Amino acid sequence: MDGLETQFDETIAADQRIEPRDWMPEAYRKTLIRQIAQHAHSEIIGMQPEGNWILRAPSLRRKAILLAKVQDEAGHGMYLYAAAETLGVDREELTEKLIESKQKYSSIFNYPTLTYADIGVIGWLVDGAAICNQVPLCRCSYGPYARAMIRICKEESFHQRQGYELLLAMVNGTDAQREMVQESTNRWWWPSLMMFGPPDADSPNTQQSMAWGIKRHTNDELRQRFVDMTVPQAAALGITLPDPGLVWNEERSAHDYTEPDWTEFKAVIAGSGPCNAQRIAHRRRAHESGSWVREAAVAYAEKQAAKQEAAA
Amino acid sequence: MSGDENVYDSLTEEHGADTQWAYGHGAFGSGIEDVEAEIASPVPDGVDPSDLAQYCLMLGDDALICSHRLSEWVSNAPELEEEVALANTALDLLGQGRVLLARAAHLGAAADEDVLAYQRGEAEFRNVALAELGDDLDFGRAIARLLLFSTWRLALLSRLTGSRDPVVAAVAGKGVKELTYHRDYAARWTLRLGDGTAQSHDRIQAALDAVWPYVDELFRTSDVERRLVGAGVAVDPAETRAEFDEVLDQVLAAATLTRPQRPGIGTIGGRGGRQGLHTEKLGHVLAEMQSLARQHPGATW
Repeated sequence: MDGLETQFDETIAADQRIEPRDWMPEAYRKTLIRQIAQHAHSEIIGMQPEGNWILRAPSLRRKAILLAKVQDEAGHGMYLYAAAETLGVDREELTEKLIESKQKYSSIFNYPTLTYADIGVIGWLVDGAAICNQVPLCRCSYGPYARAMIRICKEESFHQRQGYELLLAMVNGTDAQREMVQESTNRWWWPSLMMFGPPDADSPNTQQSMAWGIKRHTNDELRQRFVDMTVPQAAALGITLPDPGLVWNEERSAHDYTEPDWTEFKAVIAGSGPCNAQRIAHRRRAHESGSWVREAAVAYAEKQAAKQEAAA
Repeated sequence: MSGDENVYDSLTEEHGADTQWAYGHGAFGSGIEDVEAEIASPVPDGVDPSDLAQYCLMLGDDALICSHRLSEWVSNAPELEEEVALANTALDLLGQGRVLLARAAHLGAAADEDVLAYQRGEAEFRNVALAELGDDLDFGRAIARLLLFSTWRLALLSRLTGSRDPVVAAVAGKGVKELTYHRDYAARWTLRLGDGTAQSHDRIQAALDAVWPYVDELFRTSDVERRLVGAGVAVDPAETRAEFDEVLDQVLAAATLTRPQRPGIGTIGGRGGRQGLHTEKLGHVLAEMQSLARQHPGATW
């Protein structure tokens, strides 16, 4: 046991990858399962707020872009569940945990999409924040997760550009479209800042995750990075970020900004966000009303296997 | 924080004065850009441009409306693989529909594809009823409808690759590959459901029974099609019936299902989808699809 643990520690220290067949501490495995499952669930639940506008997309080009994006998210969910499966759990089990609310997903998806500008703002801010969180995961110590993240990050980056491009078209459009972009930004700004998790002082797991090479930067470092990257993007759109405290700090070479309302964050995580119940009920309905289909596929495969065996 | 920021660094760098992105504004977004240039191709000799526009609307509306119905499955499918497959099918059909609508617009039907999709009323749509029927989130219904639709459309498109209209021929050429996959997907699920559990057998049989009355319309030849067959542009849908029946017989037999014996739904005074006469469902599809675009007349997105 000691030898294995030493080997594991050496692999981490040398910034090498842990692979599924390698020995790993039980806590490392559990942390990864929790994190990868949460990430997979976020992709799947995230299809709902965006899917809300596919049927009403205002041009066929926008419809194609949105449909392709939501399809990518289903694909991301598949890679991530597959990465989790290398740790000894299966997708069905994780889905059950999701619909029983025993595992979480990103709290951002507990907010509603109320206008088409939300589709652009989700691409710009939510995918932007996700990219800040996820790019470092491409170097995560667990091989299958790191490899899944490389592919996912490329697609997320494409989604972010598409979201921003929609917003550019809208701010160059009618007054109503411009107002829609500003109103949507006002609503999504704070929840986007919350996507990086609580302040470092309130994030007990960060240090262990960093020691294991799962996490590379603290929540506050990533949040700062996001704010600094978003300010010039907002300026290019000609819109205002809804924080009067947002100013450039010459000394720090970074923007000062107001902390989001962490009471709201905790409340949404605890279940009282505007859409928590709706998202889970939707996922549960889809899963349960599809059970007859999954059962049929299993029964058919068994019959086919039996036929082949009889013929052999 | 260094070494791993290249993805978002490159994002911020491009947000300077140059707000153009790598992909073009007019791109069709589903690999169909190659035919974009052909949309403005001249009308083949001896072909009435308004007939050709009507024909593009028929094939284009079938694709657009069927795509809309398939898109209703997003976040509702029984498994993630089905999420991806159904969305992919919807995207393929949307891509076909966009090129065909753009061609119809170029031929004088409207300013562009979006005016055709978002500003027409029900009576101006030319799709068959099978495309507009709802699945009500019954996967059996989705598979039954897709099996019939894709078998028929593949039979049509495979004959249209030689159309004298270069746009119709290009859409058909690309569409044959797509529809081959759609039909295969639907056929595989028909087998699994038909020969799966007792419950799935009953459900897919009931679904087939429910959509079967809309099959006859697929093979009814409209006047526009008749004229364009003579001009070497269109295919007479009646000619595809034998192939359709043969494929269906084969799939249904393997799936232990019975070919439904329900009477086909007739026309009203000789008019059906191809003449702009639809089921009650289409109005609801359009009400949803067009609501945002109609709230903002003149806006570009």
